[in-house]
Amino acid sequence: MLEIQNLHASVLDIENSEILKGVDLKVNKGEVHAIMGPNGSGKSTLANVLMGRPDYEITDGDILVDGESIAELRPDQRAHLGLFLAFQYPAEIPGVRPWQFLKAAHDAKAEARGEEKMSVRNFTKLFDEKVEAVGINPDLVKRSLNEGFSGGEKKRNEMLQLEVLQPSMAILDETDSGLDVDALRIVAEGVNSMRSPERSFIVVTHYQRLLNYITPDIVHILVDGKIVQTGGPELALVVEKDGYREYLPAAGATG
Amino acid sequence: MTNQKTISRETDLSGQEYQWGFVTDVETDLAPKGLSEDIVRLISSKKDEPAWLLEWRLKAYRHWVQLSDSEGEPDWAMIDYPSIDYQDIYYYAAPKAATEAPKSLDDVDPEMLATFEKLGIPLQERAKLAGVAVDAVFDSVSVATTMEEQLGELGIIFCSFSEAVKKYPELVKKYLGSVVPYTDNFFATLNAAVFSDGSFAYIPPGVRCPIELMTYFRINTEGSGQFERTLIVADKGAYVSYLEGCTAPFRKSHQLHAATVELVALDDAEIKYSTIQNWFPGTPEGEGGVYNFVTKRGRADKNSKISWTQVETGSAITWKYPSVILRGDNSVGEFFSVALANNHQQADTGTKMIHIGKNTKSTIVSKGISAGQGNNTYRGQVQIMPGAENAVNHTQCDSLLVGDQCGAHTVPYIEVRNPTARLEHEASTSKVSDDQLFYLMARGLSEEEAHHMIITGWSRDVIRELPFEFALEAGQLLKVSLEGAVG
Repeated sequence: MLEIQNLHASVLDIENSEILKGVDLKVNKGEVHAIMGPNGSGKSTLANVLMGRPDYEITDGDILVDGESIAELRPDQRAHLGLFLAFQYPAEIPGVRPWQFLKAAHDAKAEARGEEKMSVRNFTKLFDEKVEAVGINPDLVKRSLNEGFSGGEKKRNEMLQLEVLQPSMAILDETDSGLDVDALRIVAEGVNSMRSPERSFIVVTHYQRLLNYITPDIVHILVDGKIVQTGGPELALVVEKDGYREYLPAAGATG
Repeated sequence: MTNQKTISRETDLSGQEYQWGFVTDVETDLAPKGLSEDIVRLISSKKDEPAWLLEWRLKAYRHWVQLSDSEGEPDWAMIDYPSIDYQDIYYYAAPKAATEAPKSLDDVDPEMLATFEKLGIPLQERAKLAGVAVDAVFDSVSVATTMEEQLGELGIIFCSFSEAVKKYPELVKKYLGSVVPYTDNFFATLNAAVFSDGSFAYIPPGVRCPIELMTYFRINTEGSGQFERTLIVADKGAYVSYLEGCTAPFRKSHQLHAATVELVALDDAEIKYSTIQNWFPGTPEGEGGVYNFVTKRGRADKNSKISWTQVETGSAITWKYPSVILRGDNSVGEFFSVALANNHQQADTGTKMIHIGKNTKSTIVSKGISAGQGNNTYRGQVQIMPGAENAVNHTQCDSLLVGDQCGAHTVPYIEVRNPTARLEHEASTSKVSDDQLFYLMARGLSEEEAHHMIITGWSRDVIRELPFEFALEAGQLLKVSLEGAVG
């Protein structure tokens, strides 16, 4: 279970840069939460702070996983606990093949958890299965990680990693942006097939469109660094129809 | 899988700074410190050399004295070091046990064998299993050569330089100094005067050497210089892949290494020369470390190919430009390099490709990694002579910066004297980005593993040119060498 308590976060070393201004959120095992909000509301920051991006600083509040604070943990330690962030803009790593990268990640996690590393043969089998499942071009995974991948290919590659690493808490940071309908469906199918009582998701999105394919249990509206409303899947439809205007009193005044 | 075993020294190198930094307690036969005509004569007589070789050494010595009195050491490289006192160096240090050459491994000093064990050098049966014949140079004298007999059946000669002088004087006389003359440069001249040993290989016409030949160099005696000399001749249509590894123990004082390597590729021959240079780089504070001034050059005749691949992670100073003289029509020269400068290391390295023959082709891929306060310079020369119709060169020169106190420099010299030449030069400088690190760490890799993955990936175009076992070792070395630079 993930619990976010009164979370405040700023950009590291920049004064008056607070982006998250007291976020409270509780995600139980097996739940899918959607976080929606206008541009600049802090959605991506929240996703990145949860994963421990060093560019941000937690100034108040806490993040708990199964009751233990992870606020001081490094990103790799959070990954070992089962957190996963599907990146909005995955980095390109020249000369590193996706297989090699994922094997190392898989091994690191196993090692940290005191589990046995998967053999090369078994891992390759798993990898090939998942490559087929997410519909990523097999030629692509022979190339350097994300290098020269199109936007859609990068997102599929994120889904491949999600499927291979099987995290218990997956955060999708605007994974739908820049995707055509086919790719969108693949992402959604990936998430849906991985839904289980043991795994929870936080799906960060600007548009309601992805939620046509993934039905969340709970929808939150994040505005100006705070969750301003929480509801069921129907909330997404309201936002789709009316936009975020009613949550933005200041912006409303200026037009 | 035995291939892997021969080279990968330890599977887990983490937490170690310079794991090769141990000193062997072997009795050493030392000539007095300092350089003089007497020392040159002593070296020559210790090795029982013929008169012509002594004469050659003496000519070199006299030339070197002239150079020392006039211009001195070359000063154009981007390296900075206190002047070297050439009278404060031992020029001859032979392990005592080796004054009588060992007949078999049983005759080799067990202490020395233990050292080789520690280094992971496959001196014994493992060598055969791995298909590697090893010529190990310990300080200056070759102590053991394996598989010589098997190679002998094919007419391949692979032995220490001293032995070659005794057994194959015509070959040595014909090619010694033919690519790097004793007048070539300050350090090559010094080497010609005092070289103590090294490796010699000859591959007869049309023979493809079935195994990789390998030499391990190691400096052991404190205050001693190492001046080895390697000569490899691939006769017409022959092929050989040669590996060279270097380590030196941890010393607080600087050590001088001035080696010379000459490659001769006759018509239709191919020589692939791979180096992993891991001389002691000095302490993180910049104390000690090897001064590595090396002259390497190959001569490529008609339709031949010479390929240099190097991974340079060690030495306080690296000054090294493995070159190819493309004198035969259709000859090919290649240079693949990864050079790393961490802490206070300084590397000024690159290549020269001299195009003389028609349709000659050269490729240069240089990857320089700078970390800590390290300084890394690529210095390369591509020269197209008037007769080199349709010469082609492609140069790719990449620099990677780790941290914000290091330096990367690129100094290409290009001289084109034939209008049909085609040259391409690409260069890039990049940093390990925070985005890359976060991405890998978010998947569970530690910061160090993430750095290592980014850096070896970035170096992949060069590392994949190495023979498989060496490629593994290179990856480990990059990891070990960068410890302390990250995190």
